[in-house]
Amino acid sequence: MSTTETVPTPGGPIGDPNAPVVSFEHVSIGFDGHSVLLNISFQARSGEMVIILGPAGGGKSILLKLANGLLPPDAGRVLLFGRDINKLTQAEMFDFRSHIGMVFQESALFDSLSVRDNVAYRLMEEHDNPEDVNRRVIESLKFVELEHAIDKFPDELSGGMRRRVAIARAIITQPSLLLYDSPTGGLDPITSTTIIELVMKQRDVYESTALLVTHRLQDAFTLATHRFNMKTNQMERIENDGVDPNTTLMILKEGHIAFTGSLVDLLRSKDPYIQEYLA
Amino acid sequence: MEIGEFLREKVLAVQEYSILAWTAMINVFRRPFYWVDLYTQADLIGVGSVPIVILTGFFTGGVLALNSATTLAQFGAKAVTGELVSLSMIKELGPVLTGLMVSGRNASGMASELGSMQVTEQIDAMRALGTDPLKKLVTPRVLSTIIMLVFLTIISDGLGTLGGGWISSTMGIDLSQYFHMAYQSLRYPDVLEGLVKPLLFGFIIATVGCYFGMSTRGGTQGVGRSTTQAVVVSSVLIIFSDFLISQVTIGLFGR
Repeated sequence: MSTTETVPTPGGPIGDPNAPVVSFEHVSIGFDGHSVLLNISFQARSGEMVIILGPAGGGKSILLKLANGLLPPDAGRVLLFGRDINKLTQAEMFDFRSHIGMVFQESALFDSLSVRDNVAYRLMEEHDNPEDVNRRVIESLKFVELEHAIDKFPDELSGGMRRRVAIARAIITQPSLLLYDSPTGGLDPITSTTIIELVMKQRDVYESTALLVTHRLQDAFTLATHRFNMKTNQMERIENDGVDPNTTLMILKEGHIAFTGSLVDLLRSKDPYIQEYLA
Repeated sequence: MEIGEFLREKVLAVQEYSILAWTAMINVFRRPFYWVDLYTQADLIGVGSVPIVILTGFFTGGVLALNSATTLAQFGAKAVTGELVSLSMIKELGPVLTGLMVSGRNASGMASELGSMQVTEQIDAMRALGTDPLKKLVTPRVLSTIIMLVFLTIISDGLGTLGGGWISSTMGIDLSQYFHMAYQSLRYPDVLEGLVKPLLFGFIIATVGCYFGMSTRGGTQGVGRSTTQAVVVSSVLIIFSDFLISQVTIGLFGR
């Protein structure tokens, strides 16, 4: 890994600075008469990472799209920084999104643009100074260790590299909230570990709030039991078999929240569904 | 599927299309306006369609002259071939055939490009990055198609008249007489009709192509479906609106 780097100031919160960063209040959504999420309520405080687990097709990705205002709920409210996002106009919502970074399940890179243009996309839309844009693109790509791929196109990259470019694109403005949709989905174990390390680095170095959707229990366990060390530039096990106090696990079952709590709470749970899920 | 459900779906589709078309036009007056994308699309849609429009126009004019001269000769009226070719091309065949060619080429292209972006979450990513996909993707395509289709129609009309002239000359019709008749027969309502049609056809082609693209569901199969539907629906709407405009023009100007 590269040498230690200075920590830029993360994007400050907007709206109410004392409110939870993300708050779902009795949110429900369904498609074609079929309920996907039912009466979901949870919060994510500033600096907290909520890891959302559950079976495939359980509504995890839908939950992230609700958090980013890409889908409106059928019932309930989604609040970001204390503001109901469904009451914002489209123009206000687009401004709001400059404080949110999202990594999509299949990366969702723009395949007609180079890596440079993909990562710089938001900055170019805001018409930032080209030299400043270039510097920040290189910084962002250095974070994910892909500065050598700056002039490549997405179809020239491997799956893992595309995922890392997607992370670079999401973090370039140092958003206050990060949404990860299965960042390790479809990747081999070694590449998955690289991705999780980057997610952990973003959590611990920049202290951004995050919602992370995954179907891989081992990713959740790694994030909850490890911390990123800036000096060694690697993740390491938290001392005394401890768990990260800012990492919460949430398990969805048939559109409801079956569990929410720390890793320790999860392992101690007597719920038969949780025990079957962990088995 | 029940009839009620079917009708509900169609009404919803018309609603969604109307909202997209309206927003696309209103966005012309809202910032940001994506000039670079407008020029890129104008190049792809306009300049890229010139070869097929030239071929279509030229041979359509030629076959018009061929068939009309043969029939008119029976009445000793071969000399008016120029008038027939000119009026037919400029009022009807130029705009309609150019519209259908551009629809086949570009409505399908828009539907497949936007559809592919939709199913790979690139459009969601665009929204997540603070860009309105309607402003960035749809409005430039709609505006460039409207503008370029007018010029393409003019090229088609011109080449059609030339094609008719070439065939007429091989059938013993005097070329200067042909072009004299072609020019003299035109009146203001004919030219107006011939230039108003591409404005509406361009709007139909781009909005239908973008609508089917943005509403694609179901992976690669869905993209294929959207592409086909975009061409079919835009072609049918072109023919239908051509009928309406012709009716209105005749009602207003008597020709």
